[in-house]
Amino acid sequence: MSKPKVFEKPIGVTDYLPEAVERLRRIESNVLECMRRWGYREIITPTLEFYDTVGVASSTDDKKLFKLLDRWGTTLVMRSDMTAPIARVVASLLRNQPFPIRLSYHANVFRSIEEEAGRNSEFFQTGVELVGEGSPEADAEVIALAIASLKAAGVRKFRVAIGHAGFLNGLFEEALPGRVSDQESLKDRLFRRDYVGYREELRRLELSEKAVAELEGILRLRGGQEICEQALALSNSAETQGTIRYLCEVWDVLQAYDAVSDVLIDLTLTGDVNYYTGVTFEGYASDLGFPVLSGGRYDRLLGQFGRPAPATGFALKTNRILEYIAANGTAGGLEPHRILVVYTRAYREEALRYAATLRAKGDVSVTTMRVEEAEKEAVRAERASEYNTIVTFSDSGKEEHQA
Amino acid sequence: MTGDTLRIAMPKGRIYKKAAELFREAGLELPEDLDESRKLIIPIPELNMEFIMAKPVDVPTYVEYGVTDLGIVGKDVLAEDNRDVYELLDLGIARCRMSVIGLPDWQPSFHPRVATKYPNTASRYFRERGQQVEVIKLNGSIELAPLIGLADRIVDMVETGTTLRENGLVEMEKMFDITSRLIANRVSYRMKSDAVQALCDRLAACESVKS
Repeated sequence: MSKPKVFEKPIGVTDYLPEAVERLRRIESNVLECMRRWGYREIITPTLEFYDTVGVASSTDDKKLFKLLDRWGTTLVMRSDMTAPIARVVASLLRNQPFPIRLSYHANVFRSIEEEAGRNSEFFQTGVELVGEGSPEADAEVIALAIASLKAAGVRKFRVAIGHAGFLNGLFEEALPGRVSDQESLKDRLFRRDYVGYREELRRLELSEKAVAELEGILRLRGGQEICEQALALSNSAETQGTIRYLCEVWDVLQAYDAVSDVLIDLTLTGDVNYYTGVTFEGYASDLGFPVLSGGRYDRLLGQFGRPAPATGFALKTNRILEYIAANGTAGGLEPHRILVVYTRAYREEALRYAATLRAKGDVSVTTMRVEEAEKEAVRAERASEYNTIVTFSDSGKEEHQA
Repeated sequence: MTGDTLRIAMPKGRIYKKAAELFREAGLELPEDLDESRKLIIPIPELNMEFIMAKPVDVPTYVEYGVTDLGIVGKDVLAEDNRDVYELLDLGIARCRMSVIGLPDWQPSFHPRVATKYPNTASRYFRERGQQVEVIKLNGSIELAPLIGLADRIVDMVETGTTLRENGLVEMEKMFDITSRLIANRVSYRMKSDAVQALCDRLAACESVKS
């Protein structure tokens, strides 16, 4: 590659200009406040972690991890999500704190990506982890909080799809007992959202007509609570039926949260089957091509850090939400009033005192000194677009000028 | 993606004509001669749809980014591009195949070179078969490569095989079948699930799709 030009930056990283940062901070603080009220306390962990601990444990594909070497040659990673670092903290620093532990975070995370716009290599996630509870109550709490967080962020129209990572495992084991590689190839096609390939694979496996029809039928298992009933009918195995009953239970709790209107059950939602162990979910906002949140239960992760425990959580993709808010203009919170205070030397003290009173009541005030009385007109004309009000202190007294 | 209108990326050219026939077979009345029009965005309010006329290789990109809800595209493009989209339906149209092609007297070489318009597809295929090959990306007239000694084999789409025969080449292995597919954006698939499923079902009921 040729030497970069001075305006260039690495692929996938972004500068956020003041307007965007103001919006981003507002989203972030509204969401963190929402999480705080549900009893989740914020945590900060380092940007760098060891590859052999957090890097290996994270759900991120190895080739998407940013790796570097420290001075002793040990491989480090830039964190690719917050779940694995939090698992490390829960199992070490917080090992004496009794479960359940509720933690929230807002952090930048890093993924090395193909060279293409629209996919970020550094982005923001705001999320929670609920560690130490393995009940449907806990799954539903996290989903209900995800919905509350989306609302707090200012996303108006959205849907959350929920599924169960164990459902497909059970169903495939029932249809193809012991044929692990065939099961894997079916799962892989669903994971890659290749439904055509999935159907082709089903035909190749020479199953009974009934089994093919049933396994094809799962592609349509999307909707409300009725989906659970339909799914129960598909299976005789205790494992599969258990996952469905669990999902029904989560649905019931969500109903009690009055949260089901935005939720749909989708049993084809697999997520990463090697990572998630139970209920998984994903959130979508209309007019945004990419999901805005994802989460689920990962009961095996804590064990890798030496304190086995069930856990669930989610992450909001905060910069996707920022795109949505920028396009839909629904950021909550008021813009502060911006006032420019212009003064000539003789009125400096009066002007600066005035600016201080403005700041004390929460307005934004910027001060500037002009030598000549006559310059104030020019300042008004130049800066009118940036400020709501321009106040001048000069020999003609205090004058207010609304922009 | 506004409102409930389905925005569909349609491939311009060869596949479009067949896709339009399929839509008509499914009882979706399209205005005549859409393909001759130079317009890039074609609203079809009667069907609550909007067609975006795209270069075929760009269709998965539009769909992945969510600027269109659905798209119609050949499996050759999907296999090469590896986009994160739902592949919902095999439409059974524009049928052909991806193949390895070479001269009739081809002998394995120590430094195998393969020329293709589909470098990812070709690399993956040979890698899965335990062969390390050097892949050369070309943009057209792929058949030339073995004739003038640029590569010893090529990977390309074969429809009838006429071009191959006329240039004295033979189809050595069929890699996979190609047909056009209906693809969907991850968010649209869920946010507009009823409209997407309805269209999918209507198309799936057509004879050419079933066969």
